[in-house]
Amino acid sequence: MFVLDTLIQGILLGGLYALFATGLSLIFGVMRLVNLAHGDFMIVGAFAVLVLVEALGLPIVFAAALAGIAMFILGYALQRLLLNRALGKDILPPLLVTFGLSIILQNGMLETFSADTRRLSFGPLSEASIPLGGGLAAGVVPVLTFASAVLVILFLNWLFYRTETGRAFRATSDNPEIAQLMGIDNNRIFSLAMALALVVVAIAGLYLGTRATFDPLIGPSRLIFAFEAVIIGGLGSFWGTLIGGIILGLAQTAGAQVSPEWQTLSGHVVFLIVLVLRPRGLFPRSVD
Amino acid sequence: MLLEIRNLRRAFGAVVVADDISLDVAEGEALGIVGPNGAGKSSLFNLITGQLKPDGGNILLDGADITNAPVRRRVHDGIGRSFQIPQPFEHMTTFENVSVAACFGAGGSEAEEQEHVIDVLHRTGLLPKANMPAGSLSLLERKRLEMARALATKPRLLLLDEIAGGLTEAECQSLIATIQEINSGGTTIVWIEHVTHALLAVVSRLIAIDFGKIIGEGNPKAVMDSEAVRQIYLGMEA
Repeated sequence: MFVLDTLIQGILLGGLYALFATGLSLIFGVMRLVNLAHGDFMIVGAFAVLVLVEALGLPIVFAAALAGIAMFILGYALQRLLLNRALGKDILPPLLVTFGLSIILQNGMLETFSADTRRLSFGPLSEASIPLGGGLAAGVVPVLTFASAVLVILFLNWLFYRTETGRAFRATSDNPEIAQLMGIDNNRIFSLAMALALVVVAIAGLYLGTRATFDPLIGPSRLIFAFEAVIIGGLGSFWGTLIGGIILGLAQTAGAQVSPEWQTLSGHVVFLIVLVLRPRGLFPRSVD
Repeated sequence: MLLEIRNLRRAFGAVVVADDISLDVAEGEALGIVGPNGAGKSSLFNLITGQLKPDGGNILLDGADITNAPVRRRVHDGIGRSFQIPQPFEHMTTFENVSVAACFGAGGSEAEEQEHVIDVLHRTGLLPKANMPAGSLSLLERKRLEMARALATKPRLLLLDEIAGGLTEAECQSLIATIQEINSGGTTIVWIEHVTHALLAVVSRLIAIDFGKIIGEGNPKAVMDSEAVRQIYLGMEA
């Protein structure tokens, strides 16, 4: 029973980490950009929801939808006006630019919202749980989180493999120079990818804020979980990212049963083991 | 004139790939380009498509200056090209490769372009491989895919880069027939090729390039027989 409970909680936590990681995986997949500000954008997303709930009194779901739209616009503009200029053969400029963005976002939020820890709430749903029999139960919010991760990945897979825009994403990812010769506007495609990634980031921010407290400076520590999930799963597959998230979630939950200090550590240990045994992750793309 | 090139210059350090090149290509024409490896033939294509920026000179399409136009606008204006070394989108199927070119190059929606995509796949003999990942295609199939993608963008000017190399005689004949058909349909063709008999079967005019300079131009047979070409081009082949 004890083991089963750990399994359930670990898998559900994995859904959250998959949400953290999907935006990162999307951006890296399409444009080989490592976004070091990814974690901070999740916190921006969480604060955006918080402001809409507190200042406008909106229900949290509407607030999250509005935050998602705002993040879409922010992502598009950010890529169009800033990141596209940094992209090129050299991977260092985009790393430096997103590192700078990370610092700006953290300090901007610190200035605006202070260093106080905050929390988002689904109201009565926050404490609700679904009994699974035998004394086991799954929290409604973790289940929602996991379901959201699956829906996001289903949507992205549909977009990437079933639509014209998705083919443009994949073509640009495969060979940006040739993509232009097919008449694709790479800058527009990259901007659209960043816009989508930040919508996923807003969803991640929502659940990050409802699961635990957050403050303006915790972005980078969440970024590490996102990196670990992406790398465990293998670059280039959204389902791989979900599995990566689940493995990380399971490792952390199991570690926490041993001792609270072991929670984060056992996640890192599993990540290192995967990195040693399968450097390209568990589900890498066939050719690269 | 469909394409006009005026005093085009480009150098990589001391290596000059385009040395004051001027050239006109008429609508509907089939022009061949020969020259030794490293003469600047592919660089000339890169300059026409915009993948390479010239140091000086101008490129005009339909009389409009496109010297500084981005690559994708030139595609929309009707310039299509195939590569000497095929570069398919390896993770996508053959159909998807051609479909991307049709949707984004020719500008229609997926549904509008579907027939066109199937027609192009049929004409290039790739229909049986439509649902295979492009990464699994043979060299010949990859070369055909190069042409299929270029055709899918509905080009008025088709730039073919050494598309006949490495083919058997029968494959070569079928390629010649395909290119002739494309040309007689009104598409202007500029074809770089080392397989001279294939080239001469299609083109009505030939230019020879060496060290980034045009060293011969005119009737294909006359150019191939000229002293300069025999010395420089055929001399290096032997």
